[in-house]
Amino acid sequence: MMVLKLAVKNLAGAGIRTWLNVAVLSISFVAIIFLQGLYNGMNEQASRALVDTFYGGGQYWHKNYDPYDALTLDDAHAPLPQALKSMIDTGRAVPILISQAAAFPNGRMVSLQLKGIPARETFLAIPSAALQDDSGEIPALIGTRTAKKLKLNEGDYLTVRWRDRSGAFDAVDVKIVHIMKTTVPQVDVGTVWLPLDRLAQMLDLPDEATLVVIRPSAPVPGEFEGWSFKSLDELLSDLRQVVKQKSASASILYLLLMFLGLLAIFDTQVLSIFRRQKEIGTLIALGMTRSQVIGLFTLEGALHGVLAALMGALWGFPIMATMARKGWKLPGYSDDFGLAIGERLYPLYSAALIIGTTLLVLISVTIVSWLPTRRIARMNPTDALRGRRK
Amino acid sequence: MTESRNDALVILEEITKRYPMGLGQTLSALRGVTLRFMPGEFAGVVGPSGSGKTTLLNIIGSLDTPSSGRAVVMGRDVSRLTPRQSAELRNRHIGFIFQTFNLLPVYTAYENVEFPLLLLHVPAAERRRRVMEALESVGLADRADSRPAQLSGGQCQRVAIARAIVKKPELILADEPTANLDAENSHLILQLMKKLNRETGATFIFSTHDDKVIRYLERKITLEDGRVIKDEATTQAQGLADSF
Repeated sequence: MMVLKLAVKNLAGAGIRTWLNVAVLSISFVAIIFLQGLYNGMNEQASRALVDTFYGGGQYWHKNYDPYDALTLDDAHAPLPQALKSMIDTGRAVPILISQAAAFPNGRMVSLQLKGIPARETFLAIPSAALQDDSGEIPALIGTRTAKKLKLNEGDYLTVRWRDRSGAFDAVDVKIVHIMKTTVPQVDVGTVWLPLDRLAQMLDLPDEATLVVIRPSAPVPGEFEGWSFKSLDELLSDLRQVVKQKSASASILYLLLMFLGLLAIFDTQVLSIFRRQKEIGTLIALGMTRSQVIGLFTLEGALHGVLAALMGALWGFPIMATMARKGWKLPGYSDDFGLAIGERLYPLYSAALIIGTTLLVLISVTIVSWLPTRRIARMNPTDALRGRRK
Repeated sequence: MTESRNDALVILEEITKRYPMGLGQTLSALRGVTLRFMPGEFAGVVGPSGSGKTTLLNIIGSLDTPSSGRAVVMGRDVSRLTPRQSAELRNRHIGFIFQTFNLLPVYTAYENVEFPLLLLHVPAAERRRRVMEALESVGLADRADSRPAQLSGGQCQRVAIARAIVKKPELILADEPTANLDAENSHLILQLMKKLNRETGATFIFSTHDDKVIRYLERKITLEDGRVIKDEATTQAQGLADSF
């Protein structure tokens, strides 16, 4: 208590020097939490959007399906196992059939994928109800990104060409009945959604699918030959990897900020020990051990961290809370980043993030404060009392 | 730890202190000093600058150790004390008064005097009583809340004296206590220390080359080039003390 009191008084006595250090450190403290909160929010938002729109509670993939290899699509379809059929019939799963195709908008040829989805599915955030069309035309649903790229509007016709199961090319005009606005590039970019039964008919693949999306919270029925189950963890691993890499890149900024704050404290400690040698000698003469004096100086330095956390809480938390509530408006081109974030990014600050960052700052500051105090252990008290520089 | 049952508070036997000067050379600050100090003495080590006065006080105060010889302070051989034991000896039994006062600048006079008691874990109520008592005895009870920067040199030294006596040590070491004071304050301080010596029975050992201090000493030990060349009782002091 006595050491704490003396440390606090010494810190207060150092005046502006203390507050400058604390201010620099509090900026690092808030910046780390804020930026990490942005990445957490990015991860959370993108994960939620992907789950709601496409991943559901996991997916069964045909054994040949590889989303990163379009050439596998010709062989990546099969009739559905009975258990999955039952789930589809009871609205607990959605089959999706995928085929590689080419489209010819405005006289150009563009490679894309045709994806068939039941027009009456209910749990994916894809406006598939728009695909219910009794006019005899083939209704098609595309996202805003595809619409922009192909220069298509609702009501336009798009010629698509594909190969059926026997390898023969066929083509048809599909009518764009709806352009959906979605944050998830996976259901938009290079994709034309058709009613599943029409696509199956076009491909001559009745009752077949490339993948089956399981409704969130529905039980996973088990393993089926020719199909492999992809859990959410597996499906989201790419996203998490991207966020992790972005977060790791940002850690360079944290390190720089922390380095500046810690350097200021280290410098203050070195200067303090140099200037206060007489005081150190006096404390030893009055009966303090060297360890106690080292503890006092280390505590003084470490208190910078505590004050920085308090100052950060004072000015940073209101800002961060506002950001968490109102979100950060993203620029238009952020849509091209490939992450399903949306127009606003809502930072997410977890208790673990705040506690972890606080501990990181406090431990780093304590270590940096302690390093220069080792000089006290080597200090001769008689020289210190005279304020003699050695 | 060596225990001595001798009546002497401080026993110095053949003390030498050498400092390395580089290139294999050493400087001898003390050369075979043998002295004893009894409880209640008001003694001073006098001599010119560089004669070894402060070194001698530092060894008695267990802030330094002799290169050879034996220094026994309150029954403890200072050469054999661990840093913790050495700190405890200073904390419990020795009060220091420095030439430049060495008050903690961020503390008030009250807190400076309280500091040794905090190290001794004295209960709060007892602490308060003793601090105020010490401040009253040096005539500064009304400046308890002042910081050193708000006090004059003489007042700072009185606070330092209060800090030295507040834990009721058996031994008080004063290194050139009047060197930074004017004549009037020097006399006031010395009279105060003389009074405390009488009232508390604490042993005062000064290092000084100030004639004003020397006049108050009951025992004068003269050092020259690290050797004791004279150790004498003085009569002048009695008269000054009586006048006080």
